[in-house]
Amino acid sequence: MDVMQEIGSSLRNGDAKKVAELVQQAIDDGVPAEEILNNGLMSGMKVVGVLFRDHEIFLPEVLLAARAMTAGVDLLKPLLAGGDVPTIGKVVIGTAKGDLHDIGKNLVGIMLKGAGFEVVDLGNDVTAERFVDAALDSGAKVIGISALLTTTMSSMKDVVDLVRERGLDGEIRTIVGGAPVSKDFADEIGADAYGYDAASAVEQVKALAGV
Amino acid sequence: MRPKVTFLDEDLKIKIIDEARHLLCTLGVEIHNTRVLGLLGDHGAEVDPVTQHVRLTDNLIDLALSTVPSGFKLYDVAGRQTHDLSGDNVHFTPSSAAINILDNGTIRKPLTADYVNFAKLVSGLPHIHAQSTAFIPADVPEEISDSYRLFLSLLYCEKPVVTGAFTIEAFDVMRDLQLAVRGSAEELRAKPLTIFSCCPTAPIKWSETTSQNVVDCARMGIPVEFISMPLAGFMAPVTIVGSLIQHTAETLSGVVINQLAGPGAPVLYGGAPAIFDIRYETTPMGAVETEMLDCAYSEIGKHLGMPTQAYTGFSDAKQLDAQAGFETAMGATLAALAGINSISGPGMLDFITCQSLEKLVLDNEICGQTLRMVRGVEPREDFPSTPIFEELIRDKHLLIADHTRRHLRDEITFPGPVIDRANSSRWLEDGGLSLHDRAAKEVERLIASHTPSCLPAEVRSEMEGMMTAEARRFGMDNLPGRSE
Repeated sequence: MDVMQEIGSSLRNGDAKKVAELVQQAIDDGVPAEEILNNGLMSGMKVVGVLFRDHEIFLPEVLLAARAMTAGVDLLKPLLAGGDVPTIGKVVIGTAKGDLHDIGKNLVGIMLKGAGFEVVDLGNDVTAERFVDAALDSGAKVIGISALLTTTMSSMKDVVDLVRERGLDGEIRTIVGGAPVSKDFADEIGADAYGYDAASAVEQVKALAGV
Repeated sequence: MRPKVTFLDEDLKIKIIDEARHLLCTLGVEIHNTRVLGLLGDHGAEVDPVTQHVRLTDNLIDLALSTVPSGFKLYDVAGRQTHDLSGDNVHFTPSSAAINILDNGTIRKPLTADYVNFAKLVSGLPHIHAQSTAFIPADVPEEISDSYRLFLSLLYCEKPVVTGAFTIEAFDVMRDLQLAVRGSAEELRAKPLTIFSCCPTAPIKWSETTSQNVVDCARMGIPVEFISMPLAGFMAPVTIVGSLIQHTAETLSGVVINQLAGPGAPVLYGGAPAIFDIRYETTPMGAVETEMLDCAYSEIGKHLGMPTQAYTGFSDAKQLDAQAGFETAMGATLAALAGINSISGPGMLDFITCQSLEKLVLDNEICGQTLRMVRGVEPREDFPSTPIFEELIRDKHLLIADHTRRHLRDEITFPGPVIDRANSSRWLEDGGLSLHDRAAKEVERLIASHTPSCLPAEVRSEMEGMMTAEARRFGMDNLPGRSE
């Protein structure tokens, strides 16, 4: 097994220490940082995403893999152009106005990062204005809104409406999710997508971002 | 702490047992078997050969109770231990001897191919510890239907078998099939492979066949489960205590016959009592009073120092519906909480007349959850708790905490795909399948992935020869074809 494959399999095992060791070994062997990132870490994470989508592994395994990936990325950062990790797109996420339940949103954030997105996490209790402003400021093409409470679901519509009011429809896409949210609700408020769990959210965001 | 349920206090148990002993010593027990009457007479019981009644004595009962073992172990076809039937250990086995199967919603007579599929399926169900001769294939002569079921069970599934003989003669064939697997009588005695259900007849009677089976099993060291079936309000007093007195008398009489024939022979203090539903003239096995009777007689059996068994954890519903689920789960839960050692229920419907492979897959999950429940609540690195809460507050979740990873699988059981735990969107994405559809898929998958039994080819062929000879005796030249 070459070192890139080994990085991938250690990532799938969630072995952060091993991933860091292997990444360092590859760096020492003169493998370009971009190659380690793309062929080792990102491709390993892609496999993790597929396994998760197919219900062959579960959330904790994905989170462990994401943590292992961070351990590898931290070593690569200084070697990448401008110290930046290339991403496949930007996403703004947060919980709906009035909602302090952020575990679901956090999971989606971790999964999105694992899939190669840059995530702008606005935290919880986020107003429609903050969502849209942050998307404009960061250049994110997708806004993800999470809610746990039926009472805060309605404020998701405010975000979707504000995107329209500002004439950003089609330019900035919206995705909603959370325990009480459904595909029907997403359609009703005019959101562009709905993620029923963290893995499906990543799939949907990828589709919205066209990657 | 193991969670437990009890229905009888100590005084009531003793009163019921005393009353049952009194009945056996005064009214006596009716036994339609001269050899068994002779055996009891030889040991000092008062036998009336005309009425075939025998009055036991306290000494005889005490003698039997002094030799009956408090537990025993069962071993699979390969000789590996699978059961420790003692203490409050719980094991599940499919309910047995149905005459129908539920095939995709249709009730029909089962055939050899159905039986083979059943045995293969049981192989793959982790929470079903034994197989049973669960239904009667209709494509062989009735006279061999008991031995033929055991034959198929031993060929296609390695798990030990809960079974029974329908005639005195069939016992010999069924014994020989087991001897072929084990190699010798000593080995079979050392490593029991089957349990034979032996049923007294209400009220307080034994037929020639069943009493002879009790004796024959005892002499070979083959475990027996006594299946007393008082029907409360019909063939037994309507009160639960009254039916318990009858159950105790019937079962104790079986213990006496068994232990006189083979002191120390392994037994299960079992039963299949039921209430009687006067509205429909039926014997609901899923009724709560039936389940209370099961748990209560198990307490009596344990008080008398024996491991226990019950026909419970099944349903009287005709389809795999909500009634099938709730009756099965309630029976299995109560039986496990009562510490009944062998629970014969999974898969069964319709007053123990109809087996369902799909239901068996669902019931396997009920058994799994029940077994988890009786493991109880145990502290595991929970004190002091400050470090874990510090970690939770810092990381906002414990999904990948070391503590979670160490204890996840011990604390939480994850059922198979037949139990729907997806959110509704994912459920729809996965096809929006009904319980029956999910169970049918799982049945298909498990049968397809069945690993053939390790039974050596020469043993298989010896058994095949025995069974074919037996079939020819009853006019069938060749056994029905089977696809391996």
